Amino acid sequence: MTSDHGDERGVSRRKVLECMTWAGTGVLWTVAGGVPRSMGIIGEARAAEPSGLTFLQISDSHVGFDKPANPNALGTLEEALNKISTLPVKPSFVIHTGDITHLSKPAEFDDADRIISQARLDVHYVPGEHDVLDEDVKLYRDRYGRGTKGAGWYSFDANGVHFIGLVNVVDLKAGGLGNLGNEQLEWLEDDLKGRTPSTPIVVFAHIPLWSVYPAWGWGTEDAARALDYLKRFGSVTVLNGHIHQIMQKVEGNITFHTAMSTAFPQPAPGAAPSPGPMKVADDKLRSVLGITDVTFKRGQQRLAIIDQPLQR
Amino acid sequence: MPTIKAGIRVAAAFGGALLVAAATFAARSAPATDAEVDIDQFTFTPQRITVKPGTTVTWTNDDDDSHTVASSSKLFKSKALDTGDKFSFTFTTPGTYAYVCSVHPYMTGAVVVEAASGSNAAQ
Repeated sequence: MTSDHGDERGVSRRKVLECMTWAGTGVLWTVAGGVPRSMGIIGEARAAEPSGLTFLQISDSHVGFDKPANPNALGTLEEALNKISTLPVKPSFVIHTGDITHLSKPAEFDDADRIISQARLDVHYVPGEHDVLDEDVKLYRDRYGRGTKGAGWYSFDANGVHFIGLVNVVDLKAGGLGNLGNEQLEWLEDDLKGRTPSTPIVVFAHIPLWSVYPAWGWGTEDAARALDYLKRFGSVTVLNGHIHQIMQKVEGNITFHTAMSTAFPQPAPGAAPSPGPMKVADDKLRSVLGITDVTFKRGQQRLAIIDQPLQR
Repeated sequence: MPTIKAGIRVAAAFGGALLVAAATFAARSAPATDAEVDIDQFTFTPQRITVKPGTTVTWTNDDDDSHTVASSSKLFKSKALDTGDKFSFTFTTPGTYAYVCSVHPYMTGAVVVEAASGSNAAQ
């Protein structure tokens, strides 16, 4: 999306308004020169050409949640999926970064499947801590764990981009943060071995792999080792959920991004006594829920990441 | 926090059922009464509770998010507690029992079961 930079000042008010009418609303983020910047409304996304790889990230659908912060989390998940038809480019697949359900109940997984399958796209999942609450930690693995290692980690390739799904929500330690564990880290090191530094890498996991706010557990204890394995690659994009709000950070060649939830917002770090579900005015809820659209175009180091609220 | 962390370390080292040997002994022994721990704002309150052997401790989740009560030594673990859900466990053996919410492991707490002879030294 960096090609949009030069045109930014040239976008007429008329074109902007025209774009708003067809695309709905949203904020386009582009990261260039290490600084994330908003390019304004989603109309700019029109520039995304079909030749690139586009995929969608959804996160934290918390199916089963019915508290005042959002009495109908299943309904807003459905609204999020419906946004796909409004995207300028239909994504090739979907990544779900965990907390599919609220309480790991079979009925919640069933409901989530029923809604998400409407997208008729491949969905690549990683679990959130809310998906592994059943005693034997079986339900998630039975549904989504085919072909995965350990607690559910795996990798795959699409359009020359290497995707790695990591699990950092099991074996959490007292007082601690997210945790990858030695077995998974060894697998990651091995998975990356032999890949050329020019291979674009996308890592996705539920809890942020960077230290967002450790006092609320918003970080991953042993992420440094994972990032060490990744630092030789020219383009690394890390997509997370868990904190129910957009945050971005660039460290060297690594871009970190967290997505909005499709269920309910959480407070900014330290802005409330606890990270519990945040109640906002009913007419504001859909402005803090949404999806993330990611486009990769060969020859560009950074992936274009576009966050779209369900409603402006 | 330092006392809780120390408790967790000690409990882990001894498999959780560590006896906290009281340095002093009181002559009386009161019957066990039930105790309550509230889960609110992602905090166990009281965070550290001292009870007599035989006490049933009941946790109640008053948050809009779900929580669990999971013993660090795997002695007890609740199901995911939704808002208003309760979990109870009866403590029979003196010791310090550290626990966390396994969903939000920065939430920690401890139940101290004092020796039957009755002493507050474990505080």
